[in-house]
Amino acid sequence: MELFHGANVDWLGKKWYFLAFSMIFSVAGIISMGWHWAHPVAGLHSPVPLGVDFRGGTEVQVQFAQPPDINAIRKATDAAGIHDASIVNYDVPANHEVLISLPEQTNESTLDVGRQRIEDALHAHYDNPFTVRNVQVVGPTVGRQLERQAGLATLYSMLGMLVYLWFRFQLIYGVAAVVACFHDTLITVGAFALTDREISLTVIAAILTLVGYSMNDTIVVFDRIRENLRISRREPLPVLVNRSINQTLSRTVLTSGLTFLTVLSLYVFGGEVLKGFSFALVVGILIGTYSSIAVAAPMLVSWQEWRAKKGKVATLPAAKRSRV
Amino acid sequence: MKKNLKGRVALIIVVLLIFTYGIFGIPSGFSGNDLKEALTKRIHLGLDLQGGVHLILQVVVSEAVGDETDSTAARIQQDLKTANLSYSQVYKPDPSKPELIKVEGVTPANSNAVRSLLDSKYSNDYDLNSTDNDTAFTLMMKPLVERALEEKTVQQAIETINDRVNSLGVSEPRVAPYSLGANQILVELPGISDLDQVKNAIQSTARLEIHAVAGGPYQDEQAALAANSGAIPPDEMMAHFSGMSGSEADSVYVLQRAPIVSGSDFRSAEPSTNQNTGQRIVQFTLTDEAGNRFYDYTSANVGKAMAVVMGGRVREVANIKEPIRDTGEIEGAFSQDEVTMLSKLLRTGALPASLNFLEDRTVGASLGVDSIREGVTAAVVGVLVVMAFMLIYYRGSGINADLALFLNLVILLGFMGFSEATLTLPGIAGVILTIGMGVDSNVLIFERIREEIRAGKSASAAVDQGFAHAWVTIVDTHVTTIVSAAILFLFGSGPVKGFAVTLTFGLAANLFTAVYVSRVIFEAHLNKLKPGEMVSI
Repeated sequence: MELFHGANVDWLGKKWYFLAFSMIFSVAGIISMGWHWAHPVAGLHSPVPLGVDFRGGTEVQVQFAQPPDINAIRKATDAAGIHDASIVNYDVPANHEVLISLPEQTNESTLDVGRQRIEDALHAHYDNPFTVRNVQVVGPTVGRQLERQAGLATLYSMLGMLVYLWFRFQLIYGVAAVVACFHDTLITVGAFALTDREISLTVIAAILTLVGYSMNDTIVVFDRIRENLRISRREPLPVLVNRSINQTLSRTVLTSGLTFLTVLSLYVFGGEVLKGFSFALVVGILIGTYSSIAVAAPMLVSWQEWRAKKGKVATLPAAKRSRV
Repeated sequence: MKKNLKGRVALIIVVLLIFTYGIFGIPSGFSGNDLKEALTKRIHLGLDLQGGVHLILQVVVSEAVGDETDSTAARIQQDLKTANLSYSQVYKPDPSKPELIKVEGVTPANSNAVRSLLDSKYSNDYDLNSTDNDTAFTLMMKPLVERALEEKTVQQAIETINDRVNSLGVSEPRVAPYSLGANQILVELPGISDLDQVKNAIQSTARLEIHAVAGGPYQDEQAALAANSGAIPPDEMMAHFSGMSGSEADSVYVLQRAPIVSGSDFRSAEPSTNQNTGQRIVQFTLTDEAGNRFYDYTSANVGKAMAVVMGGRVREVANIKEPIRDTGEIEGAFSQDEVTMLSKLLRTGALPASLNFLEDRTVGASLGVDSIREGVTAAVVGVLVVMAFMLIYYRGSGINADLALFLNLVILLGFMGFSEATLTLPGIAGVILTIGMGVDSNVLIFERIREEIRAGKSASAAVDQGFAHAWVTIVDTHVTTIVSAAILFLFGSGPVKGFAVTLTFGLAANLFTAVYVSRVIFEAHLNKLKPGEMVSI
């Protein structure tokens, strides 16, 4: 069985469509992030909804024996003097799970009081046996630390890629790949803003994985461009790049498709805890595959054409040296 | 041309066996349950999978610095008195700067003598400056000394917490410095769901100290203030008496701020009862150094009162009858629980400073079990889908890829078993992702082989060229993914680290399985082909 055998698509000829497509999604994401920024939750400005590990606060995940009634729970917490709690159903209704969150405690010495108060309130005012499944209490210090670390990690990760590609190919390859990668990250984070999903620490892990993954796809295309450049130096660059994309298309679509399937399996069967994580990967893999064809490769060509216009020598740097 | 593959096949089988051992060890039997038991023994589950408590604590190191300067201030006073140099007060002028001590009211005539005394005795640890025309001196703890003291404090706190959670019978606790923040400690207690008990034990600052009594008991704080003409001297402090009986419950004492002995001076403590009165007591032993200090103090102050202070409240006040060296009894109004707890705390050493909770995650065991089930379901479905696809798409070579993928998983899990790395829920996600990304190498190679076949090469040449060309790309793709995983490992905490670990191991193993193992399988297949026959791909 074979797909895309002998594909002969003029990818570069569609670069304006690609650009429009990328812009629409990026801008939609950015606008949504702007909206979130303008509507702070509990006084905290953030471009995306943050999970409790970044935002700070208390989250208690409770499983009830009987189907829980949100209003009754709210009455119970109100009766116990807890007025700022957010109470939502969690996971599928059959699990009878409810997530009760309190905003961040500014005073770290009383950080842990909230959890106990919620449990006491439920015991005292709500007649429905429960077990506490998961508790997260995060103080302001740790939240800020994590936020900084997550930002730094993403940044270093991209820098690492840039340096590696610079070393293995040439600077412009690295730049093109990192731009594509940034494009993927932006759209993925934008998707979180658009769908109002919380970014937690595991989501950051997923995004960092995407940085690596998106690079993979791009590198496979670049490797082929480099190889073709060595074989046929006289071929016009756009033609050569098109050919390289088409030659690797089958592989690109196959691997992405397979990785996508595994990630989809994670999204469907992996449970609520990993929902955000697998969502980031589901979106990211689609975008990452698209960007290696539609962003990274056209950038290489555009750069070369721009150089040619300026009268410089019109060569795309082939590999410095390539084993094989 | 047939290649001899015996050596290579043997190597692969050995690797398979080694890593299978890594997963299961030597199981006691081969029934499902025996294997499961063996598996859980080898693969360590993270807190998010087995349930447990994860805490991040902040050590309030400024307290330890304050304690140090308190005792230095007391020593300075002692030294000045011994040298007959007059001063109006030695105190700490700024509560927010625990590292600063000020000596005031030195007469100009004594100024030089005071300076040389301070300089000779304290300049190792403090920067000395004079102000107010040399009638006052400030001593500021040197930053390096302060830093060292803070580090020592955190280290001591870690040891103490470790002792305490161990004495509570938590299995495999982890107490370690938390690298993201300064002076923070990470505590992981698997299998604990009732946090409160552990937390009380960890946090109990029950710092036991013995202070000299400067005045009291007074009715209340006002009375204490009035007796001291409106203000408590800076080197003294007020403390409430906290007895069991109601009548004296809230009387107030004025105590010397610097303790005579404090937390880390106690070597041991045992609960006991006084044979005469039948009251519950705690018998303690001091360290040698503290014993000497205590002896000097008690011999010089016979007849004066000392207060036993715990958790900031006076628990017992006793008059010194005779010099005491290193053993003593505390006879307060203690409950049985308090006596037991107190002696346990003293035995395990006191915390050198109090702790703030910065973060607390408790995962119930039931959630952990559900997470494992869901994660494993997702992994199994993912593997089956990928394997089925490879079989359909690449036919004969699909078997090759599936074998490589299977071996990849065995090596990954075996590695987890050997390295005692922790498997977390995101870690399971890492395994699933490895399946997807791992098969990428196979796809790269197979697609390349197909191209070479299309270009008219013979079966063995196509396989040769396919592997050779794909190899460069495979190295590049693996390096980039491993770079991002490594950065995750450096920056991430707990569960996320687990993800980085499985992803890295998985991809490293993939280099072996997708390239080496897959190649050997191809060669074996090529050996069986008749001349001119093609590989099934």
